[in-house]
Amino acid sequence: MKKKMNMNKSTKSTLITIGMVVVAYIIMTILANAGVLSSLMKGLLVPLCIYAIIAVALNLTVGILGELSLGHAGFMCVGAFTSSFFSLCFKETMAAGPRFLLAIVIGALVSALFGLLIGIPVLRLQGDYLAIVTLAFGEIIKNVINVLYVGRDANGFHFSLKDAMALNMEADGKVLINGAQGITGTPNDSNFTVGAILLVVTLIIVLNLINSRSGRAIMAIRDNRIAAESVGINITQFKLLAFSISAGLAGLAGVLYAHNLSILQAQPKNFGYNMSIMILVYVVLGGIGNIRGSVIASVILVLLPELMRELNDYRMLIYSIVLIGIMLFNWAPKARLLREKYSLKRLLKKDN
Amino acid sequence: MKKFTSVLLAVAMVATMLVGCGAKTEAPAATENAAVEAADGSVFKIGGSGPITGGAAVYGLAVQRGAQIAVEEINAAGGINGYQIDYNFADDEHDAEKAVNGYNTLKDWGMQMFMGTTTSGPCVAVVEKTNEDNMYQITPSGSAVECIKYPNAFRVCFSDPGQGGKSAQYIGENKIASKVAVIYDSSDVYSTGIYQSFKADAANYGVELVAEEAFTADNKTDFTIQLQKAKDAGAELVFLPIYYSEAALILSQANNMGFAPMFFGCDGLDGILSVEDFDTTLAEGVMLLTPFAADAEDEATQSFVSAYQDAFGEIPIQFAADAYDAIYIMKAALENADATPEMSASELCEVMKAAMLEITVDGLTGAGMTWTEDGEVNKEPKAVKIVDGAYTAM
Repeated sequence: MKKKMNMNKSTKSTLITIGMVVVAYIIMTILANAGVLSSLMKGLLVPLCIYAIIAVALNLTVGILGELSLGHAGFMCVGAFTSSFFSLCFKETMAAGPRFLLAIVIGALVSALFGLLIGIPVLRLQGDYLAIVTLAFGEIIKNVINVLYVGRDANGFHFSLKDAMALNMEADGKVLINGAQGITGTPNDSNFTVGAILLVVTLIIVLNLINSRSGRAIMAIRDNRIAAESVGINITQFKLLAFSISAGLAGLAGVLYAHNLSILQAQPKNFGYNMSIMILVYVVLGGIGNIRGSVIASVILVLLPELMRELNDYRMLIYSIVLIGIMLFNWAPKARLLREKYSLKRLLKKDN
Repeated sequence: MKKFTSVLLAVAMVATMLVGCGAKTEAPAATENAAVEAADGSVFKIGGSGPITGGAAVYGLAVQRGAQIAVEEINAAGGINGYQIDYNFADDEHDAEKAVNGYNTLKDWGMQMFMGTTTSGPCVAVVEKTNEDNMYQITPSGSAVECIKYPNAFRVCFSDPGQGGKSAQYIGENKIASKVAVIYDSSDVYSTGIYQSFKADAANYGVELVAEEAFTADNKTDFTIQLQKAKDAGAELVFLPIYYSEAALILSQANNMGFAPMFFGCDGLDGILSVEDFDTTLAEGVMLLTPFAADAEDEATQSFVSAYQDAFGEIPIQFAADAYDAIYIMKAALENADATPEMSASELCEVMKAAMLEITVDGLTGAGMTWTEDGEVNKEPKAVKIVDGAYTAM
């Protein structure tokens, strides 16, 4: 009986989380169609989905698996560049719909593969080695892409790590990945509908994983590795499962990112260390292990600096202060006591 | 506890959304106001964009301020076709995504013409949006080829290939050197763009590249290895398609190792004389291809520099001059088209596109600037040489 109730509770929570996204999608679509949504807000809808997806993906690693990853922007970068490269190659020869679908699959699979490759040696170890290795991975992948030149002519593909001239292409050759100048001309296939669908798919994948047998095994590893090992849970296998799914979903966010702008450059700003930390901030602020919190926190934190644009020079300053404020409010012991004292639940109970 | 947090966060999200929506519902009203104002015949709304925070802030600030000076001058002199200019600037943090957000914010403000963006990467992303909206765009300094790939976009500066090719031509035709080494920043778009076109054109002008050495943004303090290779290869001239802060280090390190070739750079070297703690005698004889030198003698430059110094307390760099010119170019196009602020952004774009092909503008960054349909500017490249601690025309 109790078990059934528990299941109902988790299903309810899942439905609330997904319902929240769907309702937000419907409201925003209606507002956009009614023409009352500002250009800024319309432009922000896709980025909101992107950051919500990657925050959920990172929460799977940090909150559920209990490992720290400081390179999720790197996985996003892998997904972005592979899918963008694919889309560019088939820009003329395929219809937009199936091409984008394939790009999504490719981007997610390739970054999941990278997650797996990194995980195989690192996740066997105990301790914070994953944080160090993913940090390095994120920086390496950014730098590799910045010196990678790929072109295509009648004879096929040409690669170089030196410069675009070293590709030695025929006259009809076209440079696809141009080192630090990145990829230009990716078709703008991303839109809010696709973004919202992918966010819902991400949520379903992650929440179902958490509530499945595998998910319980993963959380058992997080809570007590020795105890989990003693009951016969294959630690490495479950860790790899969670981490590669997390990496794949980060790649998914990358696909959306790449197809939302017509230029894709691997810069410290978008795929560097700072971005990885930013995503971690979304996760910590929303609550480690709390998937719904990640979605909400990422939406707030992406919107905030944009809505404060009117404050000009002060907005980044205020943004940081707000961050510190929210963090203290959420996690400082005194603030928690204060909140418990005045919590809604308690007040409602008193009324009763 | 957790539940409370999530409830709180949900409330916060709804609140921000509502704030967002609040701004939205106001937005059309604001545009209506703008329309009413315009009907009264008051303002042209010009928006600009560039990084005013972060690592590239120095360029965005220069553009913001340079344009500001031009707007104030024009407004004081009676405006464009008798209408005043309203000017607003959005921060893009040198990031494509933020640049699109900034552009959308300006659109909500009621922008009719767009002067931006300052840097190439964001510009490529934004030009896609201005083309969709049919918004007139002129970039003061976005030099990548794709920045102006649509007919609604124009440029004040030379393109990257333009600069590289012009440098090779200048070195080759004036027989300055035949053995050339290049030191460039392989992680920077501007630098690699110039380097690639320089290399492609070098052979055509009898210039032999004896060493091509790269560095990256993460590793830009020690250049002795690159310089040693250039020295060993017997380079007579070192081409530096980079920004001035690294160039200053290269010059002093070359001096320490007793390597004294000629140095040649592009507009990025502009500003090298004002680097702090840099011995300017080392820059003696450095040549650079730049459209603007702050200590030029002509009256227009002098008055711009003094106005800029009075307002912001520093000597303007070339980006400021580009932006200043951009505003005057818009003015010329609007006057040529006899445009009024009642016209929508799209209508203005149409008439300005046509006007751009007819106008000739004498600006700070070049005399007799004209434009072609591909949006590229046509002006003479100017090379200057540093003599006795000052830029001297060559």
